[in-house]
Amino acid sequence: MNSDVIVVGAGVAGMETAGRLAEAGLKVILLEKNEVTGGHVTNWYHLFPDRRPGSEVLQYLESLKVNGNLDLLKGINLEDARKDKNGFILRSSDGDIFYSKAVVVATGFDLFKSERKEEYGYGIYDNVITSADLERKFREGDLKTTGGKLPERIGMVHCVGSRDEKSGNLYCSKLCCVTAVKQAIEIKEHLPESRVFCFYMDIRMAGAMYEELYMEAQEKYGISFIRGKVSEAGESIDNSLIIKVEDTLAGRPLKMELDMLVLMAGMEISRGSQSIGSMLGLETGENRFFRVRDYHIGSNLSNIDGVFYAGSCTAPMNITDTISHARAAVTEVIGYLKQ
Amino acid sequence: MADFGFTLSKGRQIDYEANDKRIAEYIYSREPSFRLCIECGGCTATCTTGNFTEFSLRELHILMKRGENAKVRQNIRKCMLCGKCTLVCPRGVNTRNIVFLAKEAFQMFDNHAV
Repeated sequence: MNSDVIVVGAGVAGMETAGRLAEAGLKVILLEKNEVTGGHVTNWYHLFPDRRPGSEVLQYLESLKVNGNLDLLKGINLEDARKDKNGFILRSSDGDIFYSKAVVVATGFDLFKSERKEEYGYGIYDNVITSADLERKFREGDLKTTGGKLPERIGMVHCVGSRDEKSGNLYCSKLCCVTAVKQAIEIKEHLPESRVFCFYMDIRMAGAMYEELYMEAQEKYGISFIRGKVSEAGESIDNSLIIKVEDTLAGRPLKMELDMLVLMAGMEISRGSQSIGSMLGLETGENRFFRVRDYHIGSNLSNIDGVFYAGSCTAPMNITDTISHARAAVTEVIGYLKQ
Repeated sequence: MADFGFTLSKGRQIDYEANDKRIAEYIYSREPSFRLCIECGGCTATCTTGNFTEFSLRELHILMKRGENAKVRQNIRKCMLCGKCTLVCPRGVNTRNIVFLAKEAFQMFDNHAV
């Protein structure tokens, strides 16, 4: 199968890139390993900062696919990807072969596996869940604990698998703080009588309307923010959780009983990214995300001419930044193909 | 009990469940800006009392929120109500009113004027 550009990954970045390249008149193949498109957004209930339904962004992305220049192929597992003098050749495990002049890698991130932070007991204690689990609970409209009661006291742990040498991730995942604030507000909307506590190391609200959302969480919803990294969670005989943390601003250790603990899982480069990265020989940084050629003026460029990046395979990114990065990749690809 | 000459140290841990949060609740309901503190310490830095004695309004706020009221009860009277802390607060917390309300709350719940 021939094309001008192959886009790998049909999440937000891949769909935006492929859709816009097709609109520009290029013949595009969009490859997705799963049977559904949309990536992580398909799992999200509402999005920060305005709390619109995630499905609205999905609808927009779906509308981009309707283009005669775009071939979307789902359920494709790539086994080989290489560059020769004529361009790129990609081969799937089913033996399909795809040719192109350029490749856009839009293979995104995976959520940090929270089981790895054993001290929080995810997968051990019933009522320790992740931010992604909570989104599913919101979608299903069921916030009950495994004991069948509505939680009265909920804790949110920021920086799970981020800014943590023990997890091998020194970087900030950027989105978890605002996700915690958004989810805390939504818990209060569903359960107005509950108390929500956010345990943070630093609050990082670097995005349009994030700080305002944080303030709203404090003022309108009465959510408490306690600075300190939860050191461990334990389970008591009645299935409630007991956490230990230093309240660093009070300068004292603190223990608290909770009905539910939500772990704000960070972002890591996806397995899919690592796989195509090793096939093509793409360089990664210390944080294992793809190393871009220039952090200021070449954030879509890889170490290989003709291979471009779009989205969170290069760094943790929100949807706004992912879409901007994808549109920038379109410009780079068009420029490259004109040469 | 026989005195062996040993003593037990009192734990330093804040036991959130066991503590009395009524002082903080009293303030939350009358001065909602109490919730907006981000613990920057601007109030403490500008505070004349804090510069001459062991008095940190920031610390007293957080202790009330955790129900650790003893230190607040001992110290809140040091405030001279000059209101510089209110001028400096980046979040618009009415810090001066919080001192008033804390005093009221101690009087009401502890029957103990401060």
